[in-house]
Amino acid sequence: MLSRLVLRAAPAALKSLPPPFPAGILYTKRALHASQQCLAPVPPLPEKGGEVRYGLIPEEFFQFLYPKTGVTGPYMLGTGLLLYFLSKEIYIVNHETVAAACILSVLIYGIKKYGSDVAAFADKLNEEKVATALAVKNDAIKDLETAIEQEKKEQWRVEGRSYLFDAKRNNIAMLLEANYRERLLTVYNEVKKRLDYQVAMQLLKRQKEQDHMIQWVEKNVVQSITPQQQKDSIAKCILDLKALSKSAQMTV
Amino acid sequence: MLMDVKLGQLTSWLAMRDFTPGGIAGAVRRGYDRYYNKYINVRKGGLGGITMVLAGYVIVSYIWSYDHLKHDRHRKYH
Repeated sequence: MLSRLVLRAAPAALKSLPPPFPAGILYTKRALHASQQCLAPVPPLPEKGGEVRYGLIPEEFFQFLYPKTGVTGPYMLGTGLLLYFLSKEIYIVNHETVAAACILSVLIYGIKKYGSDVAAFADKLNEEKVATALAVKNDAIKDLETAIEQEKKEQWRVEGRSYLFDAKRNNIAMLLEANYRERLLTVYNEVKKRLDYQVAMQLLKRQKEQDHMIQWVEKNVVQSITPQQQKDSIAKCILDLKALSKSAQMTV
Repeated sequence: MLMDVKLGQLTSWLAMRDFTPGGIAGAVRRGYDRYYNKYINVRKGGLGGITMVLAGYVIVSYIWSYDHLKHDRHRKYH
């Protein structure tokens, strides 16, 4: 009831409230919807439900009667009501009463004997459900944290951009240099080829002139040998041969 | 809210409530939510949550069949 009052008054009071407590505080009791974000975080379930005595009557009834009648008040009330119903036959005792008594006794015996085991089993199931949900949440949180770290690493990497560009600039400069030198070499080769050609031309010309001159001189010399000179030379050769043969006969 | 009303103001309080179908449905929903969140939607719910509902069902069905059960009375005059 109190919570509903606050719910009605909340929008009016919201304007005047200071900023509410941060969303990370764990609520230990049912929180009133006083914060501006009432959906997150969801308050946890209460641990135990309302107290019930003998499985039938809520504890609040006993507390309600306690100031006026003490501890035995509700029991006296119960006894009085029971006797009244029985005597006026508002509650009629017939065969159904016997059936109800048997059923209730069996039920109560079963609950008293196996109640705790069943409760433990149900608690275990609940725990597993909660554990899987929690695991999912933790995994998600871990994934997000690793993503954050990787993002930070990427941001750190960005700082190295200057080195990257320096390296690229160096690469390009080397390429340009290599290209320049290549072309220089080509130019040098071409020029050398032309100069070699000129040199070869000159050498060839000189050689041809020499050969031609030698041939011309030989031709002229051969032409200048007259028949008279030929006869003289042949006679001289014969005389020389005779002298040689004589000397040869002498040695043998 | 009903618990906060004094006895003298009961009739005026009763006149204040809206008895439209929507209002009644809202009241039923609120009562159900209160019971549910108090006794059933908890971590370790006890037996009292459902036994109270079953006991209420038993009592209501007894009341509805009282006219039929009247004939099983042992004495005519009480």
